[in-house]
Amino acid sequence: MTTGHFRTPSGGRIDRSRPLRFSFDGRSYSGFEGDTVASALLANGVHLVGRSFKYHRPRGIMGAGPDEPNALIGVRRDQGRYTPNLLATQTELYDGLDAVSQNRHPSLEKDRMAVNDRFSRFIPAGFYYKTFMWPRKAWDRLFEPRIRAAAGLGIAPSESDPDSYAQRYAHCDVLVIGAGPAGLTAAMEAAKSGAQIILCDDRAAMGGSLLAANQVTIDGAPAARWLAGMLDSLAGMANVTLLPRTSAFGYYPHNWIGLAQKLTDHLADAAPGQPRERLWQVRAKQVVIAAGAIERPLVFPDNDRPGIMLADAARTYLQQYGVEVGRKVVIVAAHDNGYRTAHELKDAGIDIAAIADIRGDSPVAARARQAGLRVLTNAAIDGTTGKLRVASITLTSGGKRETFACDAVLMAGGFTPSVHLFSQSRGKLMWNEDLQAYLPDQSAEAERSAGACRGHFALDEALADGAEAGRSAAEAAGYPFRPAIIPLACAVAHPVGGGGHIGAAPTSDPSRPKAFVDWQNDVTAADILLAAREGFLSIEHVKRYTTTGMATDQGKLSNINALGIVAEATGRTIPEVGLTTFRAPYTPISFGTLAGRARRDLLDPARITAINDWAIEQGAVFEDVGNWKRAHFFPKNGEDLHASVARECLAVRESVGIFDASTLGKIEIVGPDAAEFMNRFYVNAWTKLGVGKCRYGVLLREDGFVLDDGVVGRLAPDRFHVTTTTSGAARVLGMMEDYLQTEWSDLDVWLTSTTEQWSVIAVQGPKAREVIEPLVQGLDLSPDAFPHMSIADARICGVPMRLMRVSFTGELGFEVNVPSGYGAMVWQAIWERGQAHDMVAYGTETMHVLRAEKGFIIIGQETDGTVTPDDAGLAWAIGKAKPDFVGKRSLARPAMTDPDRKQLVGLLTRDPRIVLEEGAQIVAPAAEDRSIGHVTSAYHSSVLGKSIALAMVRAGRARLGERLEVPMPGGSIAVDVVAPVFFDPKGDRVNV
Amino acid sequence: MFESRIASPFAGESDAIASLGPIGRAVLRCREADIGSISDKLGIALPRAACRSESNGPSSALWLGPDEWLLLHADLQDDWVSRLAAHLEGELCSLVDVSHRQVALAVQGARAAEILASGCALDLSPRAFPVGMCTRTMFARAEVVLWRTGSMSFHLDVWRSFARYVEALLREAESEN
Amino acid sequence: MLIIPCPYCGERPELEFSYGGQAHIDRPLAPSDLSDEEWNSYLYVRANPKGRHAERWRHIHGCARFFNAVRDTRTDHILATYKVGEPEPEIPA
Repeated sequence: MTTGHFRTPSGGRIDRSRPLRFSFDGRSYSGFEGDTVASALLANGVHLVGRSFKYHRPRGIMGAGPDEPNALIGVRRDQGRYTPNLLATQTELYDGLDAVSQNRHPSLEKDRMAVNDRFSRFIPAGFYYKTFMWPRKAWDRLFEPRIRAAAGLGIAPSESDPDSYAQRYAHCDVLVIGAGPAGLTAAMEAAKSGAQIILCDDRAAMGGSLLAANQVTIDGAPAARWLAGMLDSLAGMANVTLLPRTSAFGYYPHNWIGLAQKLTDHLADAAPGQPRERLWQVRAKQVVIAAGAIERPLVFPDNDRPGIMLADAARTYLQQYGVEVGRKVVIVAAHDNGYRTAHELKDAGIDIAAIADIRGDSPVAARARQAGLRVLTNAAIDGTTGKLRVASITLTSGGKRETFACDAVLMAGGFTPSVHLFSQSRGKLMWNEDLQAYLPDQSAEAERSAGACRGHFALDEALADGAEAGRSAAEAAGYPFRPAIIPLACAVAHPVGGGGHIGAAPTSDPSRPKAFVDWQNDVTAADILLAAREGFLSIEHVKRYTTTGMATDQGKLSNINALGIVAEATGRTIPEVGLTTFRAPYTPISFGTLAGRARRDLLDPARITAINDWAIEQGAVFEDVGNWKRAHFFPKNGEDLHASVARECLAVRESVGIFDASTLGKIEIVGPDAAEFMNRFYVNAWTKLGVGKCRYGVLLREDGFVLDDGVVGRLAPDRFHVTTTTSGAARVLGMMEDYLQTEWSDLDVWLTSTTEQWSVIAVQGPKAREVIEPLVQGLDLSPDAFPHMSIADARICGVPMRLMRVSFTGELGFEVNVPSGYGAMVWQAIWERGQAHDMVAYGTETMHVLRAEKGFIIIGQETDGTVTPDDAGLAWAIGKAKPDFVGKRSLARPAMTDPDRKQLVGLLTRDPRIVLEEGAQIVAPAAEDRSIGHVTSAYHSSVLGKSIALAMVRAGRARLGERLEVPMPGGSIAVDVVAPVFFDPKGDRVNV
Repeated sequence: MFESRIASPFAGESDAIASLGPIGRAVLRCREADIGSISDKLGIALPRAACRSESNGPSSALWLGPDEWLLLHADLQDDWVSRLAAHLEGELCSLVDVSHRQVALAVQGARAAEILASGCALDLSPRAFPVGMCTRTMFARAEVVLWRTGSMSFHLDVWRSFARYVEALLREAESEN
Repeated sequence: MLIIPCPYCGERPELEFSYGGQAHIDRPLAPSDLSDEEWNSYLYVRANPKGRHAERWRHIHGCARFFNAVRDTRTDHILATYKVGEPEPEIPA
């Protein structure tokens, strides 16, 4: 096991009393509690952590936070728990952590695909668009498979994710995003007003830049002590919720913010069953964005070797983690943070070989020289050497070219404010010429930015800006005004401000191509210049052509430099070039977090009836109908669908069957104008429907097409029991309410859904009456007293019942409605009574076959939103004398009465064994290239001993007796057009 | 002859999430002008304020919409709604028995609001959702009626077919530390 | 997810609402008196403005009422909501 040779003897916020073992690519290392994988690897001298995406160049750790482009790792806990594409800079170390690098074969040190780098001049930006165009056939067989094999980042886990993920909605007065200096003072000032505060930060420890603050005092106390006191105070306030390890990944309209909180990834042993992550959906009255700023790298030749990293990252590794990123360091700077870093590293005993400032002389340069540091000004950066780690850098200054041996190069290009979330909120950005940065300008939401993310880089400014933002946010959220606090007194040894460089850094050798702009997608300055030469002017086009900024880091480091290069190449200013769109998520989040509890059985509600458990016990096979689970068929003794349905159908026709129709929509329509409402809404005439009688109702949309159907019973002059299709229940009720509330508010009538009040037990077949009669109380079921299409309230098995004598099978039938809490009990009672008559339980498939034998349509099967009542053979249902009903006017449009419209017919295959495919097209023998219709339903009828089908065929009713063809891949199937009623056409069987 | 006990679809029982057993329920709908006289006949003042409830002994009236109330009776009897209807004879209104349409859970205890927040997007803090407030809303993908009956107790009414879905989600939230 | 102020219940999350298309299109009282052209216009012709749009919403998982809202289609900001039957409010620019 390698120990941490690059660990300082003391300092940092790690717990040196708690060593942790971990492995990377199979090799064992140690680190400390408080380390990230990145800091622990660096402590062991490991910079090489990955291979680049396109050229497979060796890459090292560049950053210390969410901006890291290179250090993507996979972490494996067990077979089912492998997470790819984690940032090593944000992955907390735990004992036994097992990490692997990505995008290399067979190893990081020897990578076969590194050959891409040698051919890089042949694969510039747009290479794919230009190259893989010809021959066409090669794309499918050769190019695409090869490209696909080479593409992709990380390896997807092979097992289903065993972890659980939680979600929570939250509401607060002020959400503060980021717990750096500005975020902390914002949260504190807002909290003092009594407002409800949520403060989130994506790191394990709150404090942001203060975690690495050295030689800094606030209010006379060292920064670390001030921070500890601040966090203690916030934690002690009942109105403050602190969410560490929580990334604000998306800013959505009306101050709706998505937070992804990591709960167990940092633990070696999480309690079993506890969620791994939690999605917070926060609705905040006011938001304070204190997201900080990200240091820019410099674009110079070969700026991607391991050991070349951001200056502030090196400073953070030293101050927060006690890690030296190198022993001999060169700093390339376009910003004062290079000097600050140099001073702090030098104080820690690290050799600073040189500071190369691309700017001219300055007081900070002079001060560095006084401190004994070598400073080159007006420097050009000509290149670096080193295979798996940087070994030297060549610089030109004052006409003199010089090569410095080193094991780390630190880049300080200036800071880019993190305006991602502000921009996601649709706030308008404004270019600030002094700071050389886009800053938040006009807010679109109840939101304000504070601190470095709006250009207040200096600590005292950030603290004061945060305090004011918190105070004003609380005030805007409705909490009493309080004066702003006096700004805190700060002493900072090496203050830094704005400025810096954007674009390619000066180099005396511009011909060298590998000056990287986007490390993760391997985009170089030359690629961007090529795009500009080829005429791509819009930055959005440059982005897509070169893929800069399109990797998982979303261009946190690269976008602004790419803008600078485009601006220079096209002779425009940066604001003239514009900006690409910032999109959520700010950093990648897991699918698990987004899915939350909505997985497996809870993916979607499984609606179950009161009879569901009985059907499961009977071995029913279920199907999904919308959200409902419905018994599809009830196989016995290993029957398949076909055998089971054949048996079920015969039993219903010969004796009796029982069917769970509870999912049918039911609406009770009550009020003196109930009949008038029904007249206006359905095509049928309702005025004369007697109390205790039922009628089949047809409902159209206003465009004249059939929307729904169902049996309607009249319970009283002012009360109707309306049934709808299962899937139409909510739609029909919604449409009824729409007309009542917005068009016919004059009507005294009200609607109440009773879908789930009733369990509906359909008892169908010649023996149906014999089965239920002994169980019914208070109702004469004889044919004369209770004929077909009757409805009455009575009792069954001692509980209330609403009985309908209706039939969707063509047999004598009853639908027993009982309050659903009694559904299972009554079902069981009927089932037991039915055994004497060989009753079968049947499912939805048998129901479909039986109704097809009778030519009854099913909404959504025979109809598809373009079928009129006449098309479906339902013109008889229309109340002809009614002046108006929903859809009536549309039926009078010329196209609706065209005799060539598709009409419902029956089809019989010449070969009765062939069952047509639903959806198959139909042609006439004389014109086989023109479809004249389609098959809507097709089954084998065990009762008739042949296959039957329903179809919609042009001018179908005029074609009865015609032979048509159904062309299929294996040849045409000959069919005869017949009337759509195959069984008992006179309907005698329902009237027994 | 028949065991006419009302079946409950719920699977479990805990202090925090408990089945409320059979409850009488009816939907009453009427015009604003008739609220007063109907309230008199019902013996309970139908709330006119949005999302508020009134209780009188075992009976409660929950405002669900400007012309819609959910009447609850703590003890379900099969003829409860028909007796209510008899009281309302002559009134211009709609009264429909929905006792079995929904089933109810009590979500209670110090974590009640937090458990509900796993699937309910409303602000359940006492200032935004005080005791006595009631409303239809969504819990995950199921419509529910949520009624705060105490500072740390909620009555959750859900359509029967969604009961196990809602209960399973609540139990997962309950199991989180 | 938008916050929509229901005229009856106050501010509620979008997931409780359903959308109902353009507002203030009254169903003709006597559709049979309309020409095919006029009926076509009632059925199908709708505005698609960039900016303010008066539209129907229903608080379907709340009070279940239909109401109207003026929404800026560019920003999704809801400028006003009002009950069915009330005129579209005048909103200063």
